[in-house]
Amino acid sequence: MVVDQGSAPDIDKVFQALADSTRRDIVSRVATSEFSVSGLASLYAMSFAAVQKHVAVLERASLVTKEKRGREQIVRGNHEGLAKARSLLDGYEALWRQRAGLIVDLLNEKQA
Amino acid sequence: MAVISSTKNLEALSLTFVAEFDAAVDRVWEIWQDPRQLERWWGPPTWPATFEDHDFVAGGTASYYMTGPDGEKARGWWRFTAVDAPNRLEFDDGFADDRGEPVAEMGTTHAVVTLEHAGDGRTRMTVHSIFESEDQLEKMLEMGMEEGLKEAMSQIDGILAEQRRP
Repeated sequence: MVVDQGSAPDIDKVFQALADSTRRDIVSRVATSEFSVSGLASLYAMSFAAVQKHVAVLERASLVTKEKRGREQIVRGNHEGLAKARSLLDGYEALWRQRAGLIVDLLNEKQA
Repeated sequence: MAVISSTKNLEALSLTFVAEFDAAVDRVWEIWQDPRQLERWWGPPTWPATFEDHDFVAGGTASYYMTGPDGEKARGWWRFTAVDAPNRLEFDDGFADDRGEPVAEMGTTHAVVTLEHAGDGRTRMTVHSIFESEDQLEKMLEMGMEEGLKEAMSQIDGILAEQRRP
């Protein structure tokens, strides 16, 4: 899946994008099923243009993808956008598991 | 089993790691307070840490380096923002250059450590770490990767390769 022009997701953009409750709601909705921009617009008390703007912010942060289908613009969750953060945190968790193991060894040794 | 839970927040780029140890709170506090004990577990076995300074008071700093398998050194610093013995410790953690000067552009990790009695002479340690950037987290993981970490990293490589495809 092509995310953007070849750069990894920019975490600052991700933070900014997710700082808004409507945008967080859009991300969670499109994570499981696709929506058209007009379909999303019908869910919120705001104009089509406002929703379109929110979608554009999410798109720039690589959190969603948008695709033209006929006269509709279809929005989908971009799972790779958050996948990198997930793998990195998995790695960090592994580091802490290892540290916890070393701490157990250290504590046992000092008690002995 | 020492590890109780591990909670990731992808949006906030944070990890909350909870472990229980069969030792009193005062004893577990020592593994943070005493640099010689800290060195025994902070770095992975392949990248052991050496703390040169460890001014364990609020406002104090620590400087350390980790030595890799080929003798290469990765330097880091801590700045203690809260030290409330023996229950709570907060610090910023960042990379440093060869002279030990902080490298600002890599960002810092903020860590909050709490130690609580968990009954039966046990201690529950909660470490909440928040990263400022993925780059920082990635660089940290390059040091001393064990098999589990290597697997996670190859996953990332796969994702990045996919993203680079035109």
